[in-house]
Amino acid sequence: MTLPSVSTRTLLLAGTFAAVIGIAGPVSAQQPPPAAPVAAPAAPLPPGSPMIGRPESEGAMKLAPVAPPVLPVPGDKLDLSKLKLPKGFKIELYAAGVDNARTLRQGDKGTIFVSSRIKDKIHAIVEKDGKRQVKVLYSGLYRPNGIVLHDGTLYIAELSQVSKVDKIEDVLDNPPKPTVIYSDLPKDEAHGWKYLTIGPDNKLYFQVGAPCNICMPSPAHAQIRRINLDGSGMEVVARGIRQIVGMDWNPVTKQLYFTENSRDWLSEDLPNDKLNRLANPGKDNFGFPYCHQGDFADQELGWGHSCDEFTKPIALLGPHVAPLGMRFYTGTTFPEKYKNAIFIARHGSWNRSKKIGGDIVVVNLNPDGTFKSMEPFLTGFIQNNNYVGRPADILFAKDGSMLVSDDYAGAVYRVTYDPRVASD
Amino acid sequence: MRAVFAAAAVCLMALPITAKAQEKLAPCLACHGENGQSAAPEVPSLGAQPKDYLLTQIYLFREKMRKVEVMNEMTKGLTDDDLRAMSEGLAKLPAPAPVSDAGDAARIERAKALVAAHRCNFCHAPTFAGQDQVPRLAAQREDYLLKSLRAYKSAERPGYDPAMASVVEPLRDQDFADLAYYLARQP
Repeated sequence: MTLPSVSTRTLLLAGTFAAVIGIAGPVSAQQPPPAAPVAAPAAPLPPGSPMIGRPESEGAMKLAPVAPPVLPVPGDKLDLSKLKLPKGFKIELYAAGVDNARTLRQGDKGTIFVSSRIKDKIHAIVEKDGKRQVKVLYSGLYRPNGIVLHDGTLYIAELSQVSKVDKIEDVLDNPPKPTVIYSDLPKDEAHGWKYLTIGPDNKLYFQVGAPCNICMPSPAHAQIRRINLDGSGMEVVARGIRQIVGMDWNPVTKQLYFTENSRDWLSEDLPNDKLNRLANPGKDNFGFPYCHQGDFADQELGWGHSCDEFTKPIALLGPHVAPLGMRFYTGTTFPEKYKNAIFIARHGSWNRSKKIGGDIVVVNLNPDGTFKSMEPFLTGFIQNNNYVGRPADILFAKDGSMLVSDDYAGAVYRVTYDPRVASD
Repeated sequence: MRAVFAAAAVCLMALPITAKAQEKLAPCLACHGENGQSAAPEVPSLGAQPKDYLLTQIYLFREKMRKVEVMNEMTKGLTDDDLRAMSEGLAKLPAPAPVSDAGDAARIERAKALVAAHRCNFCHAPTFAGQDQVPRLAAQREDYLLKSLRAYKSAERPGYDPAMASVVEPLRDQDFADLAYYLARQP
């Protein structure tokens, strides 16, 4: 009996970075059965599988990454009534059928671009003749989580390449094949998807995550890189980072802030995920895999190291909460107290018996850019310890509203503020 | 198994996919059984399967992420709404009947110990009725259960999330045989 060969290209569908092996070989139904029961060949867990390192205890064995539904939830089945916001704010469905909605960006002409992580598409949401339309802009991409716009050009970060499309809003109906500008990247599935942003220096910034839950990363992993807009001039600007799925620039200090997802399977309550600040580009090391949450050494790889060797986080965001998209608020439609605060989408935990996160929190900073306080903003995505949705990214749109992507339900929501309601 | 494939091919030819979602169930039932109980070797019974599980599988078939040629062919070109309607329709089929022989007590004891050690009944529910995206195992065809467990172990069947790859990793083929034997006899 010949066994199907296992392709090196893997498909990722589930949870945090659930690795799923794709099959390239012939279909088994046409193969003769073994004459007698034989031991099936063992397939070790895929490299970087989130299940590697799971303790044998009963509670741990119940946990696995949370797979979203395979298809977006139809708009008429989405129930937003359980979601809670501060007084004066309201949330409504902006667009349904946006499969695995992740990073949100807006073009100069108003188009909303939405990436995906475990699907192959980038969607564009456009208003035409007063009607909102969700259209597939690109399909056949590979983990196109990272998108950003600059001077009319759309930049796309897939698992192992960065590409661009000029004047994207002029070609929405017939977009050309993106031009690859950078591809000197590892191809690991685990934490292989990217977050992409553009700095005040007009350079593209993205991370290369650690290819594992916990391991000694190669010199090419666990870092933030920046490149010029044509893909040239790569520099590593930060190291010691497990995985980032959200970055933004402090409008006052112009420094890069980013959320970082910490390791799993250490305990229910530790370590915390982090909010970091890059104050010394090219020099800062944030501690992975030696030091977690800035104050304790890994129980295996941390021996011989002190957390004092590394750059501390500016805030701890909760254990396993999976902070993803984050944006500074610089608009004028929300109350004054939110000016220059950071809104952070916490995707929600899987590596914890009682789920936490699944919300948007606000982090207020001191004038020097250090942490002042954190408060809930949008809550209610966890009902009876199950997700009804999972916030993935945030966009402050040109019309003054806040858009929120939900990669679990495959939808985008709109949050607006009405001072008249707030003062009732 | 060659015979199975031939039978499935006959189903395909005899019952082409039609436009309406309801009519689309007919070719499913031709192989999987009119009343939720499959009589065809290695073809699973679909009765009382959770609709989210059914939707997930037919989606994976359509996308060729789960590779079974007959099923890839049957689901080709279906829309998302077709898949939703099919999964909802199929989920209403009655539960299949378990194998009714007395059973080999030693094998059943071994299987019960495996179930306890590997917490099969946490995700698949205490009665093995399944829930959400996790399939019903109770009274499933023994040959299909065995085939599925082997396919998870060899990574031939990747699964929609990584849980099964992890669960079967330490198990041996005899364990699979005992588990399939036991589950086929659960009501």
